[in-house]
Amino acid sequence: MTESVNRPQRAAFADRTSIVGIGESEYTRWGGIKDRSEYQLCLEAITRAAADAGIDVKDIDGFCSYGYERHEPVQVQVALGIPEMRFSNLVWGAGGGACAGAVMNAALAVHAGICKYVVVYRSICQGQYERYGHYRERPAGGQYMAPFGLMSPAQMVALTFRRHMHVYGSTAEQLSHVALACREHALRNPRAVRYGQPLTLEQHRSARVIADPFRLHDCCLETDGACALIVTSNERARDGRAPPVRILAAAQASNKGWGLGPMGSHNMPIEDYPSVNSKALARALFDMAGIAPKDIDCAQIYDAFTGIVIMALEDFGICAPGEGGPFVAAGNLLWPHGKLPSNTSGGLLSEGYVHGLNLVTEGVRQMRGTSTSQVADARTCLVTSGGAQAHKSALILAN
Amino acid sequence: MSGNYLPDGVPSPHPTQDDYPFWDYCKEHELRIQQCAACNTFRHPPRPVCGECGHFTWNWTAVSGLGTVFSYTIINHSVHPALKESLPYNVAVVLLDGVGDVRLVSNVIDAAPEQMRIGLPVELVWQDLPDGMALPRFRKGGAA
Repeated sequence: MTESVNRPQRAAFADRTSIVGIGESEYTRWGGIKDRSEYQLCLEAITRAAADAGIDVKDIDGFCSYGYERHEPVQVQVALGIPEMRFSNLVWGAGGGACAGAVMNAALAVHAGICKYVVVYRSICQGQYERYGHYRERPAGGQYMAPFGLMSPAQMVALTFRRHMHVYGSTAEQLSHVALACREHALRNPRAVRYGQPLTLEQHRSARVIADPFRLHDCCLETDGACALIVTSNERARDGRAPPVRILAAAQASNKGWGLGPMGSHNMPIEDYPSVNSKALARALFDMAGIAPKDIDCAQIYDAFTGIVIMALEDFGICAPGEGGPFVAAGNLLWPHGKLPSNTSGGLLSEGYVHGLNLVTEGVRQMRGTSTSQVADARTCLVTSGGAQAHKSALILAN
Repeated sequence: MSGNYLPDGVPSPHPTQDDYPFWDYCKEHELRIQQCAACNTFRHPPRPVCGECGHFTWNWTAVSGLGTVFSYTIINHSVHPALKESLPYNVAVVLLDGVGDVRLVSNVIDAAPEQMRIGLPVELVWQDLPDGMALPRFRKGGAA
């Protein structure tokens, strides 16, 4: 059987929809927003996304989200006075791994002719509700972790990256280059929680250990904020206020045998363990886009923890297995001269943790040419979603 | 105080309809792993069907309790109030001998942080919890 026989046909919705509006609240450290509720931030972000798209917020007729979004579509609909809700979708489980999947579902609803304008939104106030870095009960799989003190995503990914170090010789020192690249970009981005707070190599390497090999600055922020974007058809997008950003490809996937992966009992296939479970995802994504990893001009890689970025670079074929560490240590994530400027807003490590949706909005800015660390002549942007959860998703945006 | 590796107050397992036999055997200080009755493939955590052959019948097969550290982390930051006085502690993924690629998330109770390494041979020990549950943990064991 030849390889092409195994390859899926190019999905019908590939490159048929666009992101035409983005909206965000301010981002702060957890507990930083006390004057408005998480619900209000959610509604503000959606309102801004509609305004950015040049549409009336009442034109929104579909709602997609993921993770632990608390504000379900009917609450959003009634608050904003939206006359018709024709589509509602929350990606199952998966946490931040479902972020790009929610954008995929929005694109599908538009392409199927169900909706004209679908909003994808995510609101998180970790000060008003739970902190993601703290223990919380995980009804599926939790009893194989929590009784043994395995309780937070940082700890779970520390196990997979420790194995990556063993198999490929990657190092804790390489991690610092991911953190520093994100911080450098955040220093150029006034929206970033870490704006105005430089980070040195020495500060990174002397910070306290959270879960070896991850130190403090290897772990993402805990944030208050909300984020939204509007998806419509390529045809409607031409009439928009902002230049449309095409969704060239959008995919969700999990490799065989992963189950809950690092957020479960750690019984993923042995050869696949030191990864972020995105190899099948990368195949689906690039097949759909009809381009190769070398055609990607910039990336927004889900950086809940620095080690995820190194493993994702390998899974997505940007680097060969084991080459992710040397790639980041050579400064290749850095704007403007790195081979693949990545997380150009500061990412989840230094801009804010809005469960990955702020990586999508930054991808949109790169394709519009409006990032604070704008990659010259960028035509394509890879956006990946997901940290400790097995279920992953990703997008390729284009202009 | 129980004298266990981690203190009382850490969440205890809550068995489900799918996995209660695993935990019931633990209470008897027997480590048994679910094995397909048709194709003999081991699987963990317990689930109702074999992903290899599709059969819904299984056995609970006793294992030696020997294994090696497949990965580990040393945790220096507590995310649960019960663990604030327990830092640092290790979490290990232990690859069990003789049951395919089945691994348990657990702890190596007698290994100092600098002694932890991938490939470290370990052997099973049981630690009883106040609520009647028992946890499979490990200590350094066997050949170096």
